[in-house]
Amino acid sequence: MEQFLFQFFNLDIMVQAWPIMLRGFGMTLLLCAVVIPMGLAGGLLVAIASTAPQRWIRWPTAVLVDLFRAVPPLALLIFISAGLPFAGIRLSPFTAVCLSFLLNNSAYYGEIYRAGIDSIGTGQTEAARSTGLNSLQAMAYVVLPQAVRNVLPDLVSNTIEVVKLTSLASVVAFAELLYSADMARSITYNASPIVMAAGFYLVLLWPAVRLASRLERKLST
Amino acid sequence: MTRSERFIDTFFKYDVMQQYWPDILKGLFVTCQIAVLVVVCGLALGLCLAILRSYRFRLVNLCIIVFIDLLRALPPLVLILILYFGLPNVGVSLSGYVVLWLVLTLVLAAFAEEIFWAGILSVPQGQWQAARSTGMSYFKTLIYVVLPQAIRMTIAPLTNRTIAITKNTALGMVIGVGELLNQATTAQSFAGNATPLMMATIAYLILFIPVVYAGRRIEQAYAWRKR
Amino acid sequence: MFPVQPLPILNVEDLHLHYGDMKALDGVTLEAKTGELTFLIGPSGSGKSSLLRCCNRLEDPSSGRILVDGEDITQRNINLNRIRRGIGMVFQSFNLYPHMTAKGNVTLALRKVLGKSRKEAEEIGLAQLERVGLVDRADHYPNQLSGGQQQRVAIARALALEPKIMLFDEPTSALDPELVGEVLKVMRQLKEDGMTMVVVSHEMRFAKSAADHVVFMAEGKIVEAGPPAQIFDAPRAERTRAFLQEAHH
Ligand SMILES: Nc1ncnc2c1ncn2[C@@H]1O[C@H](COP(=O)(O)OP(=O)(O)OP(=O)(O)O)[C@@H](O)[C@H]1O
Ligand SMILES: [Mg+2]
Repeated sequence: MEQFLFQFFNLDIMVQAWPIMLRGFGMTLLLCAVVIPMGLAGGLLVAIASTAPQRWIRWPTAVLVDLFRAVPPLALLIFISAGLPFAGIRLSPFTAVCLSFLLNNSAYYGEIYRAGIDSIGTGQTEAARSTGLNSLQAMAYVVLPQAVRNVLPDLVSNTIEVVKLTSLASVVAFAELLYSADMARSITYNASPIVMAAGFYLVLLWPAVRLASRLERKLST
Repeated sequence: MTRSERFIDTFFKYDVMQQYWPDILKGLFVTCQIAVLVVVCGLALGLCLAILRSYRFRLVNLCIIVFIDLLRALPPLVLILILYFGLPNVGVSLSGYVVLWLVLTLVLAAFAEEIFWAGILSVPQGQWQAARSTGMSYFKTLIYVVLPQAIRMTIAPLTNRTIAITKNTALGMVIGVGELLNQATTAQSFAGNATPLMMATIAYLILFIPVVYAGRRIEQAYAWRKR
Repeated sequence: MFPVQPLPILNVEDLHLHYGDMKALDGVTLEAKTGELTFLIGPSGSGKSSLLRCCNRLEDPSSGRILVDGEDITQRNINLNRIRRGIGMVFQSFNLYPHMTAKGNVTLALRKVLGKSRKEAEEIGLAQLERVGLVDRADHYPNQLSGGQQQRVAIARALALEPKIMLFDEPTSALDPELVGEVLKVMRQLKEDGMTMVVVSHEMRFAKSAADHVVFMAEGKIVEAGPPAQIFDAPRAERTRAFLQEAHH
């Protein structure tokens, strides 16, 4: 038991690691602040494109979405950060992470918005069009607000997933929370810093997880 | 070299392909193996937990809720690192393969439990009463009347979640599991060429596109039930 | 010739049921003899459903006893599944299993509770569907049946277990008016076959022609009970009169 505490909840090591963990946590927050809005916006574009009346817009969008949903996010990230340099495209870890998240998350958020849009009957669009709004206006003012409300739980739980995914950035040496923790682990030969990182993620995400399951329950009844 | 030649040379170099396809194939096999194990064990455990939760023992349910919240809130990579690097120090040494399987199974179980439970709750109370009034026990009612209806409603979210978690097998790369992405990055560093990564990407597409597509079809087929 | 005295098969003795502070049943005493049809009426919230649900132990009474064929079913350690088998219940909202055909609905308990083989269960199930006039719909799913047909399947489902008593909780309230008749016809047939029945319903005409007793409840108590002629034509209690007057409009 003592051994267990020493290896996983070592206070001395945690105190030592605190400053670098805090910096890592800051980077994680920064990353979230960039990739979540980007994903939400990209997803919106994807959703509008995948519900467009023109087949030549809808079709390629669907293919792209399926492509990015089929590739593991880590594989995409590694492809961008380790594969593209061979083609002469060299991105900083931060840019590589942002790009891969944009591609991956737009596909996921896009699917969620689309499900929401599908849940609103065509009657709403027709009513809006009949009052003279054009199709984008009908989408923006009438359909989307209802659609977003219908899929709010899914948006929240996907956002939780995105925050968790930022931990992948550690694999390409972007110094976010998990990277810092793993640095500290490899110096101290002790798992406590990673447990500490887990603590940070919990502080950040537990309330969100509670919120998500509350929302899911509320809408399903 | 023209641009397109250079592109082909970088991502689709024939010699590299020829040399590394057995490795990539081996990786694909390991990925499939872990994926199947995770899906089977994760869904089964999730279903068991949901059934257990429906008995509403206070303390048990509290434990289940804490378990699923933890696994929903923590990035799987964090759990993988804790188990893989932490456990040997306290005398428990699990291979990367086992750690990957264990973590992904638990994560899938947590999400599946939540989905199954929501499904069980969505079956109207009248169904319970009708079945109980014909003398069926609680467990039999659950198995023959409630779960068949609940599972129908859970198929779409469950498929999507299962796909997402199965793709996390790529995390095995970080702890040296010989799965697809690991084989590809190793090959890439030996070959000094991005072709193995492209091969892995294509392998993932071949593996997951049908599942993603099936998931989409299932979602459409069951969409009306949500209302 | 001795007059055959039918035995009481259902005795409810001083039954109380509380939901928190709310007294849903407040000392109900009731008796039904074999083959009798007891008809329960009363305003909404008067405890009619609660009474039926206690008789099937879907609800646990706070105090009092319920004897079925002499056996106290409110005992703590009784085998609930066994006693429930002997007491059929029909619900306002049918509660058919939507993932099973009519036949599947009727045979499920036969197979899973009584452990009968599929063949045997289907024989019984089809016979009961015949009884409610729906053999030709045996392979239909609930959403392919009309409300009246669904309710008849639900009746067959309860009958398949050969219950001693059948409880009906507003069996026709969820039906379109033109479908009410077919369900009442089945119930009338059941009564003629000698089934003991307790029925909560608003179908007063049915009560007049088929009921042996009419019981008027209000606020968890029995206000007045007697033969239909007495309750409908010469109610003694003021509340009964007021209620019936309401009901006629
Ligand atoms: N599960 C419950 N929890 C709390 N109170 C309940 C519950 N079920 C019923 N009640 C209350 O018990 C009282 C009796 O209800 P019951 O359903 O037996 O009435 P009823 O005579 O069947 O009425 P109705 O004609 O509307 O069906 C009502 O006041 C009701 O609000
Ligand atoms: Mg009622």
